[in-house]
Amino acid sequence: MDFFTESFHTALDLIAARDPDVVSAVTVSIVVSLWSTLFAALAGIPAGVALGVSEFPGKRWAVTLLNTLMALPTVVVGLFVYSIISRQGPLGGMGLLFTPSAMVIGQTVLAVPIMANFTLSAIKGADPRIIPTALTLGAGPFASVRRLVIELRFGIMAAVIAGFGRVIAEVGVAMMLGGNIRGYTRTMTTAIAMETGKGEFALGLALGLILMTVALIVNLFLNFLQQR
Amino acid sequence: MKLMNRLLLSITALLVLCTAVSAEERLKMSTTTSTQDSGLLKVLLPPFEQKNNCKVDVIAVGTGQSLKIGEAGDVDVVFVHARKLEDKFVADGFGVNRKDVMYNDFVVIGPKNDPAGIAKAKTAAEALKMIAAKASTFISRGDKSGTHIKEKELWQAAGVEPKGAWYVEAGQGMGPVITMATERQGYTLADRGTYNAFKGAKTDLAILFQGEKGLFNPYGIIAVNPKKHAHVKYDLAMKFIDYVTGPEGQKIIAEYKQHGEPVFFIYKK
Repeated sequence: MDFFTESFHTALDLIAARDPDVVSAVTVSIVVSLWSTLFAALAGIPAGVALGVSEFPGKRWAVTLLNTLMALPTVVVGLFVYSIISRQGPLGGMGLLFTPSAMVIGQTVLAVPIMANFTLSAIKGADPRIIPTALTLGAGPFASVRRLVIELRFGIMAAVIAGFGRVIAEVGVAMMLGGNIRGYTRTMTTAIAMETGKGEFALGLALGLILMTVALIVNLFLNFLQQR
Repeated sequence: MKLMNRLLLSITALLVLCTAVSAEERLKMSTTTSTQDSGLLKVLLPPFEQKNNCKVDVIAVGTGQSLKIGEAGDVDVVFVHARKLEDKFVADGFGVNRKDVMYNDFVVIGPKNDPAGIAKAKTAAEALKMIAAKASTFISRGDKSGTHIKEKELWQAAGVEPKGAWYVEAGQGMGPVITMATERQGYTLADRGTYNAFKGAKTDLAILFQGEKGLFNPYGIIAVNPKKHAHVKYDLAMKFIDYVTGPEGQKIIAEYKQHGEPVFFIYKK
C-alpha cells in the first residue's frame, strides 16, 4: 500500500511545485495530441462520412480494412513513419525525425482509422431518412450531408474523443519518433516509461495520475462542447 | 455549431502559439542510457547550451542503436561506450574525431548469498563460467548495448555459449534489467553508475565481482562525418566535443556524484 500512497503524494508534490520537467511533459503531450487529433479529424471524419453515405462495390472490404487498421500497433506506425522521415528515407531531407512534428505525423496516422470508424458507426446508426428528407426539402447533396453531420455531432464528437484518447495514451510512436528528448519531445507517457526503466516506480505512477487528471480535464471540456 | 467553430479556431490559434519555436540551434546527440539515467547530462549540458545559445537534444538508447542512428545521419554527435564498435564506426567513414571522454567500470552483481560462489573467481570470465556451471539465473541485456557487447566478450573469453532456461535475454535497458535480476534473484553485468543509482532502495543485489582490467568501461564521443551527411551540424558538434573533453566539461564530470559517490572518472592528463 505504501507504494500507492507514495505515488499519490509524489503526484501532489509535483503539481504543487509546478515541476518544470512535468509541466514541459504535460505541455508536449497536450500540444502534440491536440495537433494529431486535429489533423486526424480533418482526414478521418470526412473519410468516415464518405464511406458511410456512399455505396460502391468493395465497400465491405474497405470497412474491413478500416477495422484492421484500428489494430495497428503503435510501434509499427512508429517504425513505418521512422523509415520515411529518417535521413535515409524519402523525406529525410526535411530533418523531421526526433521532433514534435514527427510525433504529430505518427499519431495522426494512428488516430485516422479510429476517427473514420467511429464516424462510420455514427452514420450507420443514424436515421436513414435524414439525407432523403433533406433532399426532398430542396437541399443539395452537399447540404444534405452537412445536415447529416450536424445531426450526428454526438457520434462525431465521440470519434474525436476516442482519437484523442488513443494518441495521448500511446507511447510507441512518441518514443520512437520523438526520441524522449527532455523539454522537447518528452511526453507524459515516454517520461513514465523512462522513470519505470530507472526503477522510479512511484514517480512513474505519479506521472500516470497526472496524465489521467489532464485527460479528465480535456474530456470535461469536450463533454461541455458536446452539450452545446 | 458557431460556438464549436469559434472554439476550434481558438484551439488552433493556441496550438500555433505553443509550437512557435525559438530560433536557437539544436544539436542532436544519441547516447547510451547510462549517461542520461545517471543524471550526468543534466549538469553537463546546461553550461554548453547557455554559452552557445543552443539546445542539445538527447536521444538515450543503447550504444548499438545510438551508432545506427548516427550512421543514418539522424544525429550530429554520438556519445557511447563500446570501443570496438566506435572504431568501426570511424573506420567505415560514418564518424570523425573520436575522443575519449571518461570511464567507469562494469561489475557483476547478484544475490547476496552468491549461489554460484563467484566472489571467489579470479577473473570475470571465470565468474561467468561458474554461473553457467551452476545454471544460476543470469539476466542479459540482450539489446546490443555497450554492456551487452561487453557481456558477450566475457562469455567468449569464458568459452561458454550461454543457453538454457537460466540465461534470460531481457532485451531491455540497464535499469529494467537490474530490476528483473532483483525480482528473479539472478546475476547480471551492470555498469557501476547505474548500479549505484539502484543500490539500496531499488535493489538488494550486491557487487560480487569487480576490479578486473577486462571490466574497464570507457566512453567516447564522435562527430558524425559531414562528408557522409552534409546536413549535420558539424561545427556545433565539434564545439560540443571540445567542451566535453575540455577543462570545463571534464571538471563537471569528475565532480559529479550520486549518493555521495563519483559515477564517472576522467583520464589524467
